[in-house]
Amino acid sequence: MDIVRRGLAKRYRAERRFKAMGVLAIGASLLFLAMLFVSIAGNGYTAFQQTHIRLEVSLEPEAFEGISLSAADYAGLVKKSLRRMFPEVSGRGDLRQLYALVSSGAGYRLREMVMARPQLVGQTLPLWVPADDDVDMLIKGHFGGEASGSATRLSDSQRQWIDRLKAEGKIEKRFNRTFFTTGDSREPELAGIRGAVAGSFFTLVVTLALSFPIGVAAAIYLEEFAPRNRWTDLIEVNINNLAAVPSIVFGLLGLAVFLNFFGLPRSAPLVGGLVLTLMTLPTIIIASRAALKSVPPSIREGALGIGASKMQMVLHHVLPLAMPGMLTGTIIGMARALGETAPLLMIGMVAFIVDIPGSLTDPSTVLPVQIYLWADSPERAFVERTSAAIMILLAFLIVMNAAAVYLRKKFEKRW
Amino acid sequence: MINALDSRSARVVSQPPTRLGSREDLRTIGEATVANPKISCRHVDVFYGDKQAIFDVSLDIGNKEVIAMIGPSGCGKSTFLRCLNRMNDTIEGCRVTGAITLDGQNIYDEKQDVVPLRAQVGIVFQKPNPFPKSIWDNVAYGPKIHGLAETKAELEEIVETALQKAGLWEEVKDRLHQPGTGLSGGQQQRLCIARTIAVSPEVILMDEPCSALDPIATAKIEDLIDELRTQYSIVIVTHSMQQAARVSQRTAYFHLGYLIEVGRTQQIFTTPRHRLTEDYITGRFG
Repeated sequence: MDIVRRGLAKRYRAERRFKAMGVLAIGASLLFLAMLFVSIAGNGYTAFQQTHIRLEVSLEPEAFEGISLSAADYAGLVKKSLRRMFPEVSGRGDLRQLYALVSSGAGYRLREMVMARPQLVGQTLPLWVPADDDVDMLIKGHFGGEASGSATRLSDSQRQWIDRLKAEGKIEKRFNRTFFTTGDSREPELAGIRGAVAGSFFTLVVTLALSFPIGVAAAIYLEEFAPRNRWTDLIEVNINNLAAVPSIVFGLLGLAVFLNFFGLPRSAPLVGGLVLTLMTLPTIIIASRAALKSVPPSIREGALGIGASKMQMVLHHVLPLAMPGMLTGTIIGMARALGETAPLLMIGMVAFIVDIPGSLTDPSTVLPVQIYLWADSPERAFVERTSAAIMILLAFLIVMNAAAVYLRKKFEKRW
Repeated sequence: MINALDSRSARVVSQPPTRLGSREDLRTIGEATVANPKISCRHVDVFYGDKQAIFDVSLDIGNKEVIAMIGPSGCGKSTFLRCLNRMNDTIEGCRVTGAITLDGQNIYDEKQDVVPLRAQVGIVFQKPNPFPKSIWDNVAYGPKIHGLAETKAELEEIVETALQKAGLWEEVKDRLHQPGTGLSGGQQQRLCIARTIAVSPEVILMDEPCSALDPIATAKIEDLIDELRTQYSIVIVTHSMQQAARVSQRTAYFHLGYLIEVGRTQQIFTTPRHRLTEDYITGRFG
């Protein structure tokens, strides 16, 4: 008894040590996670606002004479209204600086408005147009409080004009709708993630529609029907290997097979989905097989014992019980596919694409590639947009993983 | 047929397996055959891979009788039971030779379909294994897949009859749509019996149906077996000699894969003819 008692302290010490290490490990990972979120959110939250400048645009009827509504010089109208606001500015250089205060997209915004409501012609209307990204950065304070002209990329006179606009209340930050409604652009203030989100959506639809049925069917065949022999062992080893293959290799395969051999369109979500299907299939098969394995054999015997055929046994009893595990595996595979960049670079989904894709074969890009593209851009304003896009991507991942947990809880059955 | 029987028995006897470690005569003694059998097995050998689990067993199962199989653990009684409706097919590497006929039809014939066979020869397992579905679905599943009921009313009747026969109806009639897994162990086992009966089999195999149950639930199942005897042939594997004595008319004693002795239950338990049987029954090993 004394021997036991002497050892006790040591045993408990070991237990406490292990617990402390566990707490430490979890604490460290939570800390890093918090740092990640704080830095991304801190960088990115400003992207959801955009500086706008209020212009009084007079849509003079002369500007629309003899030409169609769409061909009118809207940019010219915007410039004219700027000149009216600052009548003292003259000289080509100064004027160019003045025009640079508003985004080059201001003209398009005006054009859209007039096209939608032609009766506006002849009126003078107040219009909030997006400011140029440099102005935006200055207003948001990303250049530092009293930065000199060279650091802000704005000249002294431009800064004076901005101060005047501020004093007159003609410049303010508003919710950045553009970010959610447009595709990519070279101008940060006009760039949005809608195109990337649509591309990601189409790509994932293709991936899910192909990989889930194929993966589940393959898993069921291998687990329930296939004989155990050297061939199935070989297949199993290869599936496990494929799950570990670097994703860029799948990209190269997609390039060689889908683009060069089958001649499918470049940069299309269809091909992206096919490539990501190849990538997620092993994950889904492995998860589904594990789920099938975890169904107790007594259920199978019960079904077979009353004369169910093998197919009935699988479909009526085994599959419903394995479904939660299969769904979890699939959603985790999908989440991985959503965050995948490398294989898509190989099949041309890295291109600069302004239009929002409307179908599976339209050229498009996806969220992680968009993040990569923006992170690569030199403009200061893309920094916050990169972070904002990361936030959107993370939000999607959290939603998908939450869905996995929910489905698991919902379909899980006790026996 | 007779010749084949003799030559095969001779082979087995002339090469007694060394692992038995004794010079006991392993030839079956007692009345292995009955007149007008439901199932008759001749020279059944079962192999798991290279390992032989059953050695040359010949045994008849009579019409509407309860035959108990007893013997120490690992003696092959469950393996033999599972041969009778080909549940062994599901085990990788399991091979059965010899002849097993049901109503004169060889069930290991290539043309024999296992689905109708298992509808004819139902099985109840050691651990209650209701499907994780409602009580009603559990019982209705078999009739549904075999198309035994044309209408919903017919199906309801089948379910009710099966549950009544299994002695479960009074206990569950108000909660037919609650999960079968929520019942107590004994109720679950009777649900499994009801599930088997619902397919209207001719033979019911029971693989230690009471080993996971308490004495009261066991008594209920034993009463049930007694009632079912009037309609079905029942083969029951059990570890409990008292149970075998209580429920069965005939008893077969297995030892390390050999069928040692068969006979009327009373005779086996009172005047065993084989030394191994006697040793087992008197509790010298087991």
